[in-house]
Amino acid sequence: MSFPDPIAVFRTEAAELLEQIEAGLLDLNVNLGDKDQVDTVFRSLHTLKGSGAMFGFDALAAFTHHCETAFDRVRKGEVPATHDLVGAVLEAKDHMRLLVDTPTGDHEAASEALLASLRRAVDGAGVPEAPAGPSTTRYTIRFSLPQDAMANGTNPLGLLDEMRDLGDCRVVADRSAIPPLDQLNPVDLHLSWTVELTTSEPRSAIDDVFIFVMDDMQLEVTEVQGEPQTSAAPAEAEAVVAATDPAATTPKPAAKGPATVDAKAAKAAENVRVPAERLDELMDRVGELVIAQSRLSQLAGSSGDLQLRAVSEDVERLSGELRDTMMVLRMVPVTQLFSRFRRLVHDLANETGKVIELVTEGETTEVDKSVIERLADPMIHLVRNSCDHGLETAEQRLAAGKPAAGTISLSARQQGGEVIITIKDDGRGIDKDRVRAKAESSGLIAANASLSDQELYQLIFQPGFSTAQQVTNLSGRGVGMDVVKRTIDALRGTINVVSRPGQGSEISLAIPLTLAIIDGLLVRVGSGRYVIPLAAVEECLELSVEEDMRSRGRSFISLRDSLVPFIRLRDLFRTGTTPDPFQKVVVISTGSERVGLVVDQIIGDHQTVIKSMSKLHHDVGTFSGATILGDGNVALILDVGHLVSEGQQQEAQLRAAG
Amino acid sequence: MTASILTVDDSASIRLTTRVALSNAGYTVTEAVDGKDGLAKLDAGQFDIIVTDLNMPNMDGLTMIRELRKLPAHTGVPVIFLTTESDAEIKQQAKAAGATGWLTKPFDPESLVKIVRKVLGR
Repeated sequence: MSFPDPIAVFRTEAAELLEQIEAGLLDLNVNLGDKDQVDTVFRSLHTLKGSGAMFGFDALAAFTHHCETAFDRVRKGEVPATHDLVGAVLEAKDHMRLLVDTPTGDHEAASEALLASLRRAVDGAGVPEAPAGPSTTRYTIRFSLPQDAMANGTNPLGLLDEMRDLGDCRVVADRSAIPPLDQLNPVDLHLSWTVELTTSEPRSAIDDVFIFVMDDMQLEVTEVQGEPQTSAAPAEAEAVVAATDPAATTPKPAAKGPATVDAKAAKAAENVRVPAERLDELMDRVGELVIAQSRLSQLAGSSGDLQLRAVSEDVERLSGELRDTMMVLRMVPVTQLFSRFRRLVHDLANETGKVIELVTEGETTEVDKSVIERLADPMIHLVRNSCDHGLETAEQRLAAGKPAAGTISLSARQQGGEVIITIKDDGRGIDKDRVRAKAESSGLIAANASLSDQELYQLIFQPGFSTAQQVTNLSGRGVGMDVVKRTIDALRGTINVVSRPGQGSEISLAIPLTLAIIDGLLVRVGSGRYVIPLAAVEECLELSVEEDMRSRGRSFISLRDSLVPFIRLRDLFRTGTTPDPFQKVVVISTGSERVGLVVDQIIGDHQTVIKSMSKLHHDVGTFSGATILGDGNVALILDVGHLVSEGQQQEAQLRAAG
Repeated sequence: MTASILTVDDSASIRLTTRVALSNAGYTVTEAVDGKDGLAKLDAGQFDIIVTDLNMPNMDGLTMIRELRKLPAHTGVPVIFLTTESDAEIKQQAKAAGATGWLTKPFDPESLVKIVRKVLGR
């Protein structure tokens, strides 16, 4: 039997628990009296400690134990929940993540410091250790069990067997309490026993036999001095464990949270957790199937066999559906992504001393898991930037007639095959003059170059660009924004910036829903075939001979009164073939920038399973990947972002040349 | 005949550990994710022993134990609960609910198997 690596399972679970803890703490911070959140945090801490210890994360378990103890006291109402306490546990939570990630690292000092601040927030109480008992050799043991012991699963024969395992044993049963047969309930227990045991095991071994029934039973263990006696008197009782009255401890009613909590938990129970790599494997297989299917379609199409065609169409439909289902499997709601920003904004507000509110919407929008993972870092940069540069201090805001609290809003919505994620703030907006001045001084643009607002804003994504006058802990080091751009490019996404002075700025990221399969436009250039991502294609038109002649040397076509630069792929790829008489232009765009690609022939749309390029071809800019065509040949996928910027450069050079 | 065990725990990692430990020891293991699920599994079959967590969403271990003790089909089935508290009160509550024994978390696989063997008897 094979099992997944328990440590990996634990790590995944720990990450979820830590998120729950954080979400609970943040909610609690807003409403300190929220009993449900206290329970949630406590339960998560409790589970984290329990499973941490089990998987050998001892430092984590020991550390978490203290936080759990603190929360237990809150839960029991001994200590009130305070902002200090919540803050201390929040910090401790970060440390727990560290202990999960690097359990062998040296974290002792940090642990101590955090626990000290936790102790300051609550009064810590030490727990004394229970001392162990001494050991001797000969005992007389009398015991009787509660009447319902058997019904509750205790097997008296098992207990006797265990005592026999300890050493030489003589057992006498007292049957005097057994009622007449007609009054006998077969699951009730009426016997009691006297056992004479000679053992080399310590006294505590006998207690261990009865460990589970100890509190409810009559047990009398007498150490016998000298020779064994036939019937030992209960003198010198070393320990008499009297029965505690079960009625004395009233069981707490098992009150649980409201029905919504139940429903949520039930929903979670219906889920199956699968490692992401298995989904990737499945995706690969589906990809292969799609390729095989398109070969089949081609064969069927050229054979003229009607039955074969019918089957091929069925397979085509099924594989399409399978692909769609597969996509949905990989989709996760952006809640996962958005929830981390609550903490970030909380921290940023503390660090900057600004009052910041975070608003999120569209959390149920679903995106491919791998996209979500890669979006986190760029979004963190953008949110930091908004908090640091965008939002003003409370005084500045009040002076400008705005509410003291600044708002950062994150929203997600689906639009066609893309998800649009917007990071918006109501701060001062982007200072265009400063952007321009900075760009000019760092040589990014020529002095007095005429740029649209959009082009100007895009400059902030250039490497080394930062308008912050002071470098802060948060941002302003000039790293980040270009990384944002690169990451979004790699996701085949686009960035759009809107800013209104004094009212705030809005950065929208448009990201394709999935990375693995795209709809592409298959084109031919020379003898090679290439795929252009269909989402980037704006239109296709014919390059007339006149236009072709006119544009020699100046690669522009006029498209509805605007000039669009174009690239002759035949020249770029140096095919060395004679062009087709009627060349086509495929106009592609990223956001607001457009460029035309001149190709020999447009073959049609093609569902493309993206295969990434090898490491050797990592730095080839023009292509973003490859795909296998129905006939088994390979077609390269054009990198739209790269080609567009190339085209724009060409345009800029021409403009500069006048 | 191999004994069959029902494990009830909301933590996937603990379920995994118990499953690995108990199936390596030759037991047949059925899993449930909370008290409700546990009762549903009990409804569907017979088990020689039940190992359950107490602190669970949806239906906690104590409630489940109380409910299952009302079912004549499962009279006398041993129930081991997992607890991190060394707190006598919790143990007393669980015992009053009808639990047979407990295992203190963290536990290593051997001690789990030992406890199961102990409670099942020879």
